Amino acid sequence: MGFEDWIAEPLNWVFAVIALATVVSGFRVVTSPNVVHAALFLVAALAGTAALFLLLAAEFLAWVLVLVYIGAVIVLFLFGIMITRAPTGRDESNLDHKRRLPAALVSLALLALLLWGLISQWGDTTIDRITAGTPTTVLGEGLLGRFVFPFEVVGFVLLAALVGGITIARRDLSPAEEKEWESK
Amino acid sequence: MGVEVILNQFLILAAVLFVMGVYGLLVRRNAVMVLLAVELMLAAVNINLVAMEAFWQTTEALGQILAVFIITVAAAEVGIGLAIILLIFRNRRSANVDELDLMRW
Repeated sequence: MGFEDWIAEPLNWVFAVIALATVVSGFRVVTSPNVVHAALFLVAALAGTAALFLLLAAEFLAWVLVLVYIGAVIVLFLFGIMITRAPTGRDESNLDHKRRLPAALVSLALLALLLWGLISQWGDTTIDRITAGTPTTVLGEGLLGRFVFPFEVVGFVLLAALVGGITIARRDLSPAEEKEWESK
Repeated sequence: MGVEVILNQFLILAAVLFVMGVYGLLVRRNAVMVLLAVELMLAAVNINLVAMEAFWQTTEALGQILAVFIITVAAAEVGIGLAIILLIFRNRRSANVDELDLMRW
């Protein structure tokens, strides 16, 4: 299948635009000298991922991604950046290691390995039919039927993370404060 | 003529995102930035799962269910990770990963 056939498909136009936006913002996430910008570029990259999910007929997952990641996780990250006083200005020296070249080489080697594996395995295999959408019923029945045990375990993990997060991040009282607290 | 969407275009995009996450993981000093790179890698994995689900068309949408689990665990991971980073910052006045060499032999 040639490039003309590929680009003739309207879905692939949409894919090309989304993929370009996602890759560019993903690249800025790891290279931006400004930490707040990096977090906001992650929003763009995740929005691109959600758009890809819509393209792949996974509507429910797309909106879960928007709500959970863009709605909650990014806010957590911004709080983390503010609280830890990460260098928010253009202070590049404090943000990255000096040894960028070895890291880039390792990444490119990994990319080459992944590309070799993917291309030799899948080649030009097409996704035959992209359905109109996965009914959320299917996901719900799966989650509360066959996968009900993992579902409950994940719920427990979330509870443990909640309690653990509060316990870890809570500030211990100093002895003076503790005495004051007991005297009340 | 059917829809000419290649499976590999999604998988290669996911591979590129994953590799950028690896680069960020290696090159960033600030621990919050390292977590951001990890999130990028997890997003790449989710793209892989959903693309494979669209390819195999399992009746129970297994790939999407697995992606739901990954999103949930990633949210928990960010919460705990940021709490730990906060604690480290409070104790050491710095959240740079290369300065945390207390347990290095």
